[in-house]
Amino acid sequence: MLDHILSILIFFPALAGMLGFVVNKDSMRSYGIAVAAIEFFLALWLWFAFDSNVSGMQFMEQIALVPTFGINYIVGVDGISLFIIILAAFFTMIGIASLGETKDVKNMIITLLFLQMTMVGVFAALDAIVFYIFWELSLVPMLYIIGAWGGPLRIYASVKFFLYTFAGSLVMLVGILFMAYFYYQATGQWSFSILEWYRLILPESFQIWLFLAFFVGFAIKVPMFPFHTWLPYAHGQAPTIGSVILAAILLKMGTYAFIRFSLPLFPDASVYFMFPIAVLAIIMIIYTAMVAYAQKDIKQVVAYSSVSHMGVIILGTFALNVEGITGSVFLMIAHGVVSGALFFLVGVIYDRRHTKLMSEFGGLASVMPRYATIFGLMLMASVGLPLTINFVGEFLSLLGFYKQSHILTLLAGIAIIVGAIYMLAAYKKMFFGEITKEENRNLPDVNRRELFALIPLAIITVWLGIYPKPVLGTINTSVEGVVQLMHEKAISEEAKKRIPSLDILINKTSAKEAQ
Amino acid sequence: MLSPINVSIESLNLMTLVPMLIPIVGALLIIIIDLFKSNQHKSLYVMLSLLILGIDFVALIDSAGVFEKNGTVMGLFDVMLIDGLAILSQFIIVVASMLFIPLALTHKRFHEFSYPEFFALFLFMIAGFQFMVATDNLILIFVGLETASLALYTLIAMHNRDKSFEAAVKYFTMGALAAGFFSFGSMIFYALTGSIEINQIAAVLSANSYEDIGFVLIGVVFLLASFGFKLSMVPFHTWTPDVYEGSSAALAGYMSIVPKIAAFIVVMRFFEFLIHSGVVWLEVILYMGVVLTMTMANIWALVQTDVKRMLAYSSISHAGFVMAAILIGTTQSNSALFLYWILFSFTNLGSFSMLWISRQKNLPAHQQSDHSYDKFAGMVKASPIAASIMALFMLSLAGIPPFALFWGKLYMISSAVTGGYTVLALIMALNSAIAGYYYLKLIVYMFMREPVAGYDGRVFSSNATLPLKTIIGIAAIGTIFAFLVVNQLLDFITVFVYNSGY
Repeated sequence: MLDHILSILIFFPALAGMLGFVVNKDSMRSYGIAVAAIEFFLALWLWFAFDSNVSGMQFMEQIALVPTFGINYIVGVDGISLFIIILAAFFTMIGIASLGETKDVKNMIITLLFLQMTMVGVFAALDAIVFYIFWELSLVPMLYIIGAWGGPLRIYASVKFFLYTFAGSLVMLVGILFMAYFYYQATGQWSFSILEWYRLILPESFQIWLFLAFFVGFAIKVPMFPFHTWLPYAHGQAPTIGSVILAAILLKMGTYAFIRFSLPLFPDASVYFMFPIAVLAIIMIIYTAMVAYAQKDIKQVVAYSSVSHMGVIILGTFALNVEGITGSVFLMIAHGVVSGALFFLVGVIYDRRHTKLMSEFGGLASVMPRYATIFGLMLMASVGLPLTINFVGEFLSLLGFYKQSHILTLLAGIAIIVGAIYMLAAYKKMFFGEITKEENRNLPDVNRRELFALIPLAIITVWLGIYPKPVLGTINTSVEGVVQLMHEKAISEEAKKRIPSLDILINKTSAKEAQ
Repeated sequence: MLSPINVSIESLNLMTLVPMLIPIVGALLIIIIDLFKSNQHKSLYVMLSLLILGIDFVALIDSAGVFEKNGTVMGLFDVMLIDGLAILSQFIIVVASMLFIPLALTHKRFHEFSYPEFFALFLFMIAGFQFMVATDNLILIFVGLETASLALYTLIAMHNRDKSFEAAVKYFTMGALAAGFFSFGSMIFYALTGSIEINQIAAVLSANSYEDIGFVLIGVVFLLASFGFKLSMVPFHTWTPDVYEGSSAALAGYMSIVPKIAAFIVVMRFFEFLIHSGVVWLEVILYMGVVLTMTMANIWALVQTDVKRMLAYSSISHAGFVMAAILIGTTQSNSALFLYWILFSFTNLGSFSMLWISRQKNLPAHQQSDHSYDKFAGMVKASPIAASIMALFMLSLAGIPPFALFWGKLYMISSAVTGGYTVLALIMALNSAIAGYYYLKLIVYMFMREPVAGYDGRVFSSNATLPLKTIIGIAAIGTIFAFLVVNQLLDFITVFVYNSGY
């Protein structure tokens, strides 16, 4: 069964979703939780069986799909994708479990299960076309979730979300086809397998154009400044569960794709574009932090802060060394946990008061102490307090980029600290001071169902903040493989210099083993 | 003294005519049955047509076998030309017709189907299209084209809406103009080269290295205009939305597939050598035509308020997309044309059939046209399965993987990349994104909007019967599981196209 565990992980939720049409409406919630729990335990089993000393792909499967044109169903997992897959399974589970009173709950759960298939598929795919299939397919359930369960502007928001991403990924598709064509020219065979593409060394001018084509698709998904305008709408209108999945998993597709495609395929172009992208990332960090400060709506604050932190992930990725990339992968998970939790928390208060305006609240700490505590913890994590999960990722990302440029890193570091202002200000407005509104006096504190989602997230936040090694070590092994590959593939002097070689490091360990 | 002409029967290779003769004989059979006993139920004629098309299909499999063994076959004084293109396109024509004809078995009665002539004309039309693709003789192409078109005009006019007659006359007028252009263009090429066979024309022109380039270009302009009308290329597209609106949804779906593939084959035969002749001007004109057709049709489709008109513009846009294959002119792109069109016919026929099963006899007051967007608002509440299937077809048309049309788009854009048309590939990709909007609009109406006042949920399947549902089921299965057969299709098509020298 372990041979096919990835395919099971991908298609089990979809199959369960299809069977879900038969399940009675009243039992649907239990069915959804059961399916998602099975999926989560399968994902944990994958982690258990995963060999963290291997840097390459594990559990690979290959089935021919369109062999004439080089399209095969290839899946595999390494340290980079492993934890995001587990995170996706985890968030679907707690998302379904903590689902509040929703209309058409059956449709919602079926949609979530289909969404889970596409999420796991994206992170497990090792064939560009299969990757593209899941990547595009993930838009459809999300479109439905925003469009059918969202706020008043839901249709505009969902269509904008869809079209933005769709347009970007079509440009990426042209890039994919070009890459396959270059591979065909070099080897005389069509192939869309990423691992085979890794072996291809392209001239720098080609790399730059292809990098740009892929960049459009990924940057819109992340979303990077200036392509981020769809995200506030999507978050603002989406139901809680939609925002949680969007922030925790879907945005990670973009940053993950940078590490899976852009860096190893186009190392020279990555170095070439390192500083422009870093500047964009820093603009993203500072600008969205300032916008977040100006928001009146708590959900928008969380949404913009989420974009702001995605900037740090991008910065870490384009540090192009082991520390930076490891940090950014770890930060992807941290960001998923923390911003997912924050969106849950916003959903909790929204369910009670049906408003998200901060001016409507005040002094909540005395009415809802448990809620205020968890919110406070997550907020500290989001700000990047040491001993929380975000700190590890942010620190490593910045450390990585410090090796490339001191000034830019300093700027980003300051921006993150300044970014703390808006979060603390928002917290103050909502939780401290007098209770200004009568309606807020008798708000019930978080209930059991909500705690089921929030407690595990809080535990992870602290646990991985204090002891990140089990996750970090596994990520590190795979990232070393990627960086080494990039160093070997790089052609220009500049790139060789910027991307460190790990020979010394590997030699050292093997020497140690020899002793 | 005139000596008697001696032609041996074997040299005529009459077997090449068999696939075309089958529907003609079938059509005559239907008329004869009506002669003996009239006023029979339409189901008789539908099943007869289906059987005849089935026999036609078997005959095609036969000629495909011959082609695989012996290569291209000529027949009837070398007028008939049975090569890979002819066989592939006849497969598409016959299969699409087989999927279309059961759509006549509607729940409601429409008077066109009570005439046996409808079915006889339908079979004559198929024979016309088959002649058109299975020859490189300009006169036979013309005969096939006119046989098919005249039959088609009548089929449109037989529908019972006010607009049907208008549509038929409009189509007829435009068609007559196109026919005039075609004959004039052919005349110029005959005057230049003394031949009406496309391969002869190509040989003579390249032998004298295009010395009368001016006349060649005039001839090309006329032929291009003529096929521009048939393929509804911008700016010759103006008839399309009106004609689609006037004809029944089923017939509109049929028109978006079969007449166009026949025209594509002729264009491919004729423009293939011209594109490779290095006449830059022609390439520019075609390039502009392709880009304009794709883009403008997409933009017009954005503002439509009727789903059928939207699908009409969308099929113009798809035709423009496929026309790019002619411009690129490699084996890969020509194979992509066939792959695209096969997958497109499933999806598009499916979506038009979905409109067809929701066709009302009379328009309610709040509805402006037969298939306005408003009608579909909140459809998911009344009939979730129908809404999901419709959404599936829309997603496929938009090119969302892994549904059918995605594979066509993928291979087509790839052929543009391989052929060196990078900008064209980008334009094609971006056009798919624009098109996403109007397909999405229908999904938004169906899934996310509340039903309008005076809403009646039964309307969505008011016309449904088992045969109609079966056809839609086949189309839906074809759309979802296309990825399982793409490889075989691609191998099959590529062999046929390659061995025909395209």
